[in-house]
Amino acid sequence: MSPRPTAIEIDSLTLRYGERLIQRDLSFTIAQGDIFIIMGGSGCGKSTLLRHLIGLQTPAAGSVRFAGVDLWQTDDSTRQAMQRRFGVLFQSGALWSSLTLSENIMLPMTEIGGFRAADARELAAVKLALVGLAGFEDFYPSEISGGMKKRAALARAMALDPDILFFDEPSAGLDPLSSAHLDELILELRDSLGATIVIVTHELASIFAIGDNAVFLDAETRTMIALGDPKTLRHSGPEGVRNFLGRGKM
Amino acid sequence: MTSHNASLLLHQEAGILTCQIAGDWHAGEQQPEPLPSVTGGERLQFDCSGLGRWDSSLLARLLPLAESARQAGCVVADDGLPPGLARLLRLALAVPARRQPGNSHEEGILDHVGKVTLAAWQRLPLNLAFLGDLFRSLGRLVLGRARFQRADLLLFAEDAGPRALPIVSLISFLVGTILAYMGAAQLAMLGAQIYIADLVGIGMVREIAALMTGIILAGRTGAAYAAQLGTMQVNEEIDAFRTFGLPVSDFLVLPRFLSLLVMAPLLTLYAGIVGVAAGMLIATTVFDVGAFAYFQQTTKALNLTHFIVGMVKGTVYGALVAIAGCLCGMRCGRSAQAVGEATTAAVVLGILLITISASLLTILFQQLGI
Repeated sequence: MSPRPTAIEIDSLTLRYGERLIQRDLSFTIAQGDIFIIMGGSGCGKSTLLRHLIGLQTPAAGSVRFAGVDLWQTDDSTRQAMQRRFGVLFQSGALWSSLTLSENIMLPMTEIGGFRAADARELAAVKLALVGLAGFEDFYPSEISGGMKKRAALARAMALDPDILFFDEPSAGLDPLSSAHLDELILELRDSLGATIVIVTHELASIFAIGDNAVFLDAETRTMIALGDPKTLRHSGPEGVRNFLGRGKM
Repeated sequence: MTSHNASLLLHQEAGILTCQIAGDWHAGEQQPEPLPSVTGGERLQFDCSGLGRWDSSLLARLLPLAESARQAGCVVADDGLPPGLARLLRLALAVPARRQPGNSHEEGILDHVGKVTLAAWQRLPLNLAFLGDLFRSLGRLVLGRARFQRADLLLFAEDAGPRALPIVSLISFLVGTILAYMGAAQLAMLGAQIYIADLVGIGMVREIAALMTGIILAGRTGAAYAAQLGTMQVNEEIDAFRTFGLPVSDFLVLPRFLSLLVMAPLLTLYAGIVGVAAGMLIATTVFDVGAFAYFQQTTKALNLTHFIVGMVKGTVYGALVAIAGCLCGMRCGRSAQAVGEATTAAVVLGILLITISASLLTILFQQLGI
């Protein structure tokens, strides 16, 4: 099998929050079509790394390149165009609370995709059906449960058929069954759309079930200490990573 | 069951410290004084033969003792303690207390002033970026390229304008009444009650209607904007806009700014009319001025300039309230408390900006002779 092309290339990335060092010297690549996991203990900077990858925070040093283009060394309009190829599922869902589920999905379609409202409405219904929320088009985010919000947010993240999907702790606050269901959905998406998927999580069940590759961020040394297939890392990774992954029963 | 008073004693014999614990220990009840820190010795042991019931208040007394013993190089032998207590003590001692350098709460007034000043200085570029974004959005609006939901604009306009009518009516009516009474008390001494019309008319229309409307909008609409945007910040909704590459300033700030820009002068005009009506009511019912005479005197006193000055002020105040509300909302932190702080800051900043611009505008109009 020939190696797949690189989707994201992270080179000597250093993350700071004000004066505080979050992570340093992060270098790894994510292959196209991979499900890539960013893992590590609480407070190690997983979500912060994600915010840097999707262009919400500027890195202190280093680069993030998508198909060879540096997200931070390019002009605003190119960066916005790059961001439009992303789909992001935030930790809390981040559905726009003043809009119905259907309008949440339609907004990016009409405003960015240039779809006509009627087409967007039809497509929004399809996306909602894909995540198992057919019939909930006219509900407001406050009227549905946490798990449904996550799924609706996933439908919105897929609104523009993105090339790369980012998930921030997708299973946080979900029961094991909903969480497993979401994992299946993520696998399905990768297989059917061929999208590259980057997931921040510390949920061991998900890491083993869907992760092709993973990076482990260490909270003490403030840098990455392992990179590779989580199933392999579990046996042959550094001690901290083995301890972390060894808690999972497979 | 009777309760025995708790007691705690420490005695030393040839390098061996024995801590004698007795009685019943309950949080909230009278307890013995804490023991002095251990400064030497080889071994700290416990004698619990007289100990009755205990809770974490006993642990609170033992922990500093055991910590000081350990620091003095003295072995802590917890086998004399009840098993549960020994386990808790071991758990509490497992991780040594860390003094976080950043978390010192003792700071002098100078530290505080310095921190506040630095924070304001660091925020300056963000505030300027916010204003820059807003002006770019306004530019796009003029070119017809701004992207926001028209339905949003109507909703915000309805909320800022018509829904504020009851409170604006009440306040302007009362302020009109106060002006009329205050003026009349002086003017009546000269038999010149009819000039209440001038006082109330010019005072309300030119200055006070705009000022009162501005303050009501700051407390009502500005605060709401800060709370809405702050909550959106907490829920990552604003981040979601950014990651789609949607211009946040167009979608979230522009409709709020425009609705206040349109509604503030209209509310000011309305407040002026209500105030004049209140003055008329007081003058005719309390100070025996004829309604028609009052009306004529008002039309003589007021000219178009007064209305324009009042509405210009109202527009400026409305714009400032919108900027204060949206700015505080957009720079809100990511917690419930931060939303509260943003809301308070929006009202304070709004009223501050109104007051400053009121004096500047008054001086300006004076200099221009309008």
